[in-house]
Amino acid sequence: MKRAANFFDKYAYWLFPLPAILALLLLIVGPVLANFVLSTYDWFISGRPRFIGLENYQNVLTDWRFWNGIKNTFYFTALAVPLQLVFGLAVAVLFNREFPGKGLVRTIILLPMVATPVAIALIWALMFNPSLGVLNYFLESLSLPRSLWVADANLVIPSLVIVDIWEWTPMVALILLAALQGVPIEYYEAARIDGASGWQSFWHITLPSIRAAIVIALILRSIDALKTFDIIYVITQGGPGTASETLNVFAFRSGFEFFRAGYSATLLIFLLFVVLGVAVLLNLTRRST
Amino acid sequence: MKQQVVKASAPLSTEQQRAQALRAKRLKTLGIYLLMAIVLIIMLFPFYWMVLTSFRNQVDNTSPIPVWFFKPTLANYQNVIARNNFLEFTWNSLVVATLATGLGLVLGLPAAYSIARFKQNGLALAILVARLTPYITYLVPWYIAFRALKLIDTYVALTLTHLIVGMPLIIWIMISFFEEVPIELEEAAFVDGASRLGAFFQIILPLSAPGIVAASILSFIFSWNQFLFSLVLSGPNTKTVPVAVFNFISYGQIDFGGLGAAAVLITLPVILLTLAIQRYIVTGLTMGAVKG
Repeated sequence: MKRAANFFDKYAYWLFPLPAILALLLLIVGPVLANFVLSTYDWFISGRPRFIGLENYQNVLTDWRFWNGIKNTFYFTALAVPLQLVFGLAVAVLFNREFPGKGLVRTIILLPMVATPVAIALIWALMFNPSLGVLNYFLESLSLPRSLWVADANLVIPSLVIVDIWEWTPMVALILLAALQGVPIEYYEAARIDGASGWQSFWHITLPSIRAAIVIALILRSIDALKTFDIIYVITQGGPGTASETLNVFAFRSGFEFFRAGYSATLLIFLLFVVLGVAVLLNLTRRST
Repeated sequence: MKQQVVKASAPLSTEQQRAQALRAKRLKTLGIYLLMAIVLIIMLFPFYWMVLTSFRNQVDNTSPIPVWFFKPTLANYQNVIARNNFLEFTWNSLVVATLATGLGLVLGLPAAYSIARFKQNGLALAILVARLTPYITYLVPWYIAFRALKLIDTYVALTLTHLIVGMPLIIWIMISFFEEVPIELEEAAFVDGASRLGAFFQIILPLSAPGIVAASILSFIFSWNQFLFSLVLSGPNTKTVPVAVFNFISYGQIDFGGLGAAAVLITLPVILLTLAIQRYIVTGLTMGAVKG
C-alpha cells in the first residue's frame, strides 16, 4: 500500500493525466488518423473495402457537391458571424449598466444557447412554415410580402443564419459584456472631461479596450459556425435540393445515407483542414494585432 | 445693475437647464429600457411560441392567423408520452448523460488537477484542439469500430462518445478551480505524511466541490443536448430524446402540438439545470476565455 502510494507520488506527473490522455488518444486521435487510412479505400459500409490510393481525393476535388458544400459552409459562416458580432456588441453595450432585474435578464440571455438545439430547430421549422408559420403572419402584419423561408433555395441559408444568430448572439454578448465590465470607468470620465461625445468614447475607448474579447468571440464563433450541424440537418437536411448542404452535412450524408465510408472520410479530412486552417489563420491575426 | 441681472437670471437658467437635462436623461433611460425589452422579447419569443404550440389543439395550431388566446389542452403532452415511448427515450438520455458525466469526472478531475498543478499547458492545448475539431470527424471511424465490436445501439457506445462532449468541459472548468486551492494546504498535508493521491482526495476535491457540481451539470446538459452521436450510434434500445424528437417530424402530417410538447419536454430539464449553474455556462462554452 505504502509502496503503491510512493510509486504514485513519484510518477504523479504522468499518472494523473494518463486516463484522460488515453481516452483522447482512443476516441479522438485514433479516429482522426483512421480517417486518413479510410480515405484511401472505396468502402460501401456493408461490403468489402477496396484500396484505391488517392482516387477519393481526386473524386472529391471534381465533385460539384463538394464545392457546393464548401460554398454553403463559408456563405453560412460569413453571413452569421459578422452579424452576431455586431448584434452581440450592441446587446453587450445596451446591458452594460445597472437596471432592475439584472440577474433575471442574464438568465434569459443564456437560454437560447443552452436549450437543446434539436428543440430550437423544430420550433424555428414550425415558425418558418410558409403557409402556417407565424413569421409569415408577422410579415403580413407589417404589409410585407410572404416568404418561403427555408423552402426557397435562395433564402434557405439566410433563414438558417437567422436561427444561428438568434442562438449565438447571446454568447457573443456575454463574452463582450464580461470584457466591458473590465474597462476602467476613469477612462470614460477622462474622455468626458476632454469633451468627447458618446460615439467618440465608444470608438476610442470601448472598442480598443475590448478588442481581445472581440477577437476571441470571432474565433470561437467562426469555428463553431463552420461546424454547424444540428440546426441545418433538423430544419432542412441540406435541402431544398442541396441548397443548404454544408460540407459536414454532405459528409454525414455520404457516410450514413449513401454509406460510402471512404468517401465520407475524405470529405471529413477536408472539413478538418478547413476548420483548423481558419482557426490557425484567425489566431495568427490575433497575434499580429 | 447689470451684474444683478446676471446674478438673478443665472440660477433660473441653470434650473431650466437642469430640468431639461433631467428630461433628456429620463427619455434616454426610457429608450434604453425599450431597446432592452425588444431584445429580450426576441430572445424569448421562440420559447413562448413553443409553449403556446404545445398547449393548443391542432385546429388552432394550423390556423393561418395565429390564435393567441385559447383554452389550453394537455392532449399534446399525453399523445407524445403515450404514443412515442417518450419516457423510455428520456430514461436513455438520462442514463447516457449520467454515465458519460461520471466517467468524465473520473478521467477529467485528475487531468485537470495535473494541468493546474504541474502546468501541463501542452495537454490543455490538446484538449482545446479536441474542442475545435468537428465532432463529425470521429463519427465514421467510430461507427465502423463500434459495429465491429457489436456495440451499436448500446449504452457503452453512447457513453464513450458522449464522454468527448463532457470531459473537455469538466477539465476546462476544473483547471481554474484547482488553481485557486492554495498550494500550501497540499504541502502541509505532505509534511503530515499524506501521499499526493491522499491530498487529492482529502483536500483538493472537497475544497473544489462547488466547481465539481457546476462542471457535472454542464457536462450533463451538453450530453443531454447531443444529437449527432445518438443519431448514428443509437438504435431502438438506446434512442435518446433529441433523436426521438427528430424522428417525430418524419411522421407524414406535421403534428404541431406534438412537436411543441416534445420540444418543451426536452428543453425544460436543461433550463432548470441552467438556473442552477448560470455563472459557469459561459466559462464552459468559451473554454475558459471568459470567467463567469
